[in-house]
Amino acid sequence: MINIFSAIFLVIGVLFMVLGCLGLVRLPDVYNRLQAATKCVTLGVCSMLLGVIILKGFSPMSGKALLCIVFILITSPTSAHALARGAYKSKVKLCKNSVCDFYDYGTPEEKNLPIKESKHDSNQP
Amino acid sequence: MLYDALFLFALIASVSMCLYRIGIGPTPPDRSVAIDILGTVMVGFCVLAALKTGNDYFLDVALAWTLISFIGGLSLAKFLEGRRFDD
Repeated sequence: MINIFSAIFLVIGVLFMVLGCLGLVRLPDVYNRLQAATKCVTLGVCSMLLGVIILKGFSPMSGKALLCIVFILITSPTSAHALARGAYKSKVKLCKNSVCDFYDYGTPEEKNLPIKESKHDSNQP
Repeated sequence: MLYDALFLFALIASVSMCLYRIGIGPTPPDRSVAIDILGTVMVGFCVLAALKTGNDYFLDVALAWTLISFIGGLSLAKFLEGRRFDD
């Protein structure tokens, strides 16, 4: 029974890793690729390590796997955020199907954005 | 065992897709993202090796690989922002 649960978690992890890397190949933009690949691969690796924890029970291997899950959940979103910020600072264009760019909202040359800011001050007396 | 061959084939396909993106990426951030993802996929290889051989130290390798990949990703992001490594 424990083997079946562990194998289910391992299959989910490997499937998410393959789909994340497929998104890294197929999607049109740097930011879309970062989105797909980082989330899917992080979930896949954490699911594989959870399968190791379920299979091995209370053992040194399980403790190391738990520590590895904690470090991956801390470091992977931080690295992805820094890479997205660096990609934006190095002036990579968004793809053509993108709707709007909120990170560039305050600059004066972007006047015709589809979503406008609501005025809270007009309702107050 | 059949599962090991299937898992290994799937992870080799993942690494191949990451290397494809590193090869043809149009801009430098594409290659940086693919390198960062490749560092996370290698942790999966370490997990499979630990399950196959039953040794603990492959998970130590996975832990060290995670932290080194984190530092590499941060330094690549700092390089992409236009700053140099001695700022």
